[in-house]
Amino acid sequence: MILDHLPALQVVLPLISAPVIVLVRRSRFAWLMAVAVSWVAAAIAVMLAIRVADAGVISYALGNWQPPWGIEYRVDPLSAFVLVLVAGTAAIVAPFSRISVVAELPREQEYLLYAMFCLCLAGLLGITITGDVFNLFVFLEISSLSTYVMVALGQKRQALAAAYRYLIMGTIAATFYVIGIGMLYLMTGTLNMADLSVRLADVTDVRPILAAFAFITVGIGLKLALFPLHQWLPNAYTFAPSAVTAFLGATATKVSIYVLLRFYFTVFGTTLLFRAMPTDQVLMLLSLLGAVTASLVAVFQKDIKRMFAYSSVGQVGYITLGISLANTSGLTAAVVHLLNHAVTKGAIFILIAGITLRTGGASGFDRLKGIGSRMPFTSFGIVIGGLSLIGVPGTAGFVSKWYLVLGAIQRGEWIVAAVVLASSLIAAAYVWKFVETAYLTKPDESSVKAGEAPLPMLAFAWFMVVLCVFLGLDTSLSVGGARAAADFLLGGLR
Amino acid sequence: MRRDIVLRVIAKLIIPFMLLFALYVQFHGDFGPGGGFQAGVIIATAVIFYALIFGLPAARQLLPEWIVETMVASGVLVYAGVGIVSLLLGGSYLDYSVLAHDAVHGQERGIFWVEVGVAITVSGVMLKIFYMFAGRRRDEDNG
Repeated sequence: MILDHLPALQVVLPLISAPVIVLVRRSRFAWLMAVAVSWVAAAIAVMLAIRVADAGVISYALGNWQPPWGIEYRVDPLSAFVLVLVAGTAAIVAPFSRISVVAELPREQEYLLYAMFCLCLAGLLGITITGDVFNLFVFLEISSLSTYVMVALGQKRQALAAAYRYLIMGTIAATFYVIGIGMLYLMTGTLNMADLSVRLADVTDVRPILAAFAFITVGIGLKLALFPLHQWLPNAYTFAPSAVTAFLGATATKVSIYVLLRFYFTVFGTTLLFRAMPTDQVLMLLSLLGAVTASLVAVFQKDIKRMFAYSSVGQVGYITLGISLANTSGLTAAVVHLLNHAVTKGAIFILIAGITLRTGGASGFDRLKGIGSRMPFTSFGIVIGGLSLIGVPGTAGFVSKWYLVLGAIQRGEWIVAAVVLASSLIAAAYVWKFVETAYLTKPDESSVKAGEAPLPMLAFAWFMVVLCVFLGLDTSLSVGGARAAADFLLGGLR
Repeated sequence: MRRDIVLRVIAKLIIPFMLLFALYVQFHGDFGPGGGFQAGVIIATAVIFYALIFGLPAARQLLPEWIVETMVASGVLVYAGVGIVSLLLGGSYLDYSVLAHDAVHGQERGIFWVEVGVAITVSGVMLKIFYMFAGRRRDEDNG
């Protein structure tokens, strides 16, 4: 019986845990609660994914108000995939977070961070599971507001400026999104995604719908850091507490990409998208520009956290590129890269959290000279993660790039395939920069003195690193899930 | 304003009525304009008014920071708790119909508690924001 309510519990449990943490105010309890909730959420997500694979789409009517009137929670192959990704990342980040949070935050703020973490988790899961566009907006705000707070909890003064900048950009994004759905509601009289797609089929070429489409694309483009709307991301990731960066780097932009996929393929459908407007060309151009420029900028960063933050913007470019190809291989690449990039960046940012723990918060390259001998496991893990970012065969990144290039070639876009390969070389340049600093430079008096990161942190990070290699060798689970999601998306089209 | 007798007397007269009006807005929200959000704001306004006339320390003594923070969290819990109760009673999440012997009473009971939760959290958040802004300047003045 309780199994029927899993879609509601998936969101409600993290949501309830946040006020409970605020009531108790003990940092140790807060941490235990966050760990428990994220593990339960991960278990629920896996159970939902299994049920969807067995029995098809799950629809849950919130408050027993039937869709399209009430709010519907809908779990299909794509949302199940993203739910597992988000809850799984939270389950990995939460346990080790205590070590880095204790080191980085004043004691009286610790419980707040965990409360915000749970709230952010609830928001991200809610965005993924809901089948109602306005409910999606509410969860978007929940996750965004809690993210601003988490970024602002970073201990450098710049964290406040970064959080404020993210607040402004995020609010603009949410406003654009809500204007878009307002127009959709005006034209169709419904907010349910499935219902919208049915009704929009009759009114595709009307100007307000096209305007709504543009507003939603720009709004979500801001949230997912689509080039050139990525300006908020590098600072937010650099100055947030390390554990938060690991969580956000793996999940926040991914969920926004999910929203884009949902709107493009479930709500609007390709007729409007790719015939009424040159969406694919615009998206393709921006993705390629993002992949190349952000990677180039990453090469010249002096701070390792910042470098990988810029790399995230570039990697998001690959995902949106896969979307713009709009064929099975392209979409498979996009969805599988959601997972692969989350695992890779999650691993890298957890390892960087270990480094900043040992350097006392600093993450500039000048402090990392010769770190390869001081922190061998950490450095080697970052190198493997870096190889996956480049797309070296045997790592997760290779699988995504393979399908991406395949999708480009299938569409006859040889230039796109060439640019993807060229941008991998730029990724090699910034990963080499770390290798050079860590292994080929002699440590001097400013470089980090202390030894290896604490064992629990290393263990979780290496779990991700091994997963990253595993996903590069055995693709049955990741590509299988992604292909099911891609077929589902394309199958929903008329 | 602490020495101004007129303001002090009038404030003491008005504040109970403000709170009463807040309760009216809260409970009449089912039938007319109003509801938990508006009532929560009015409750917060009454306390802020008290703080303006009698000073921030007096208001802080009346409603200490920890109570305000508890209000912020517990309102959300009341709201979400209604959903959990309806889950336990065999309905889906936030299905008010199962909360009483028949559906109409259940709906009324459900919305009543949800609005209570909203009022608590909204007044808590309003007061928290007020305390933070008002307290900030005082700290800087004192050094």
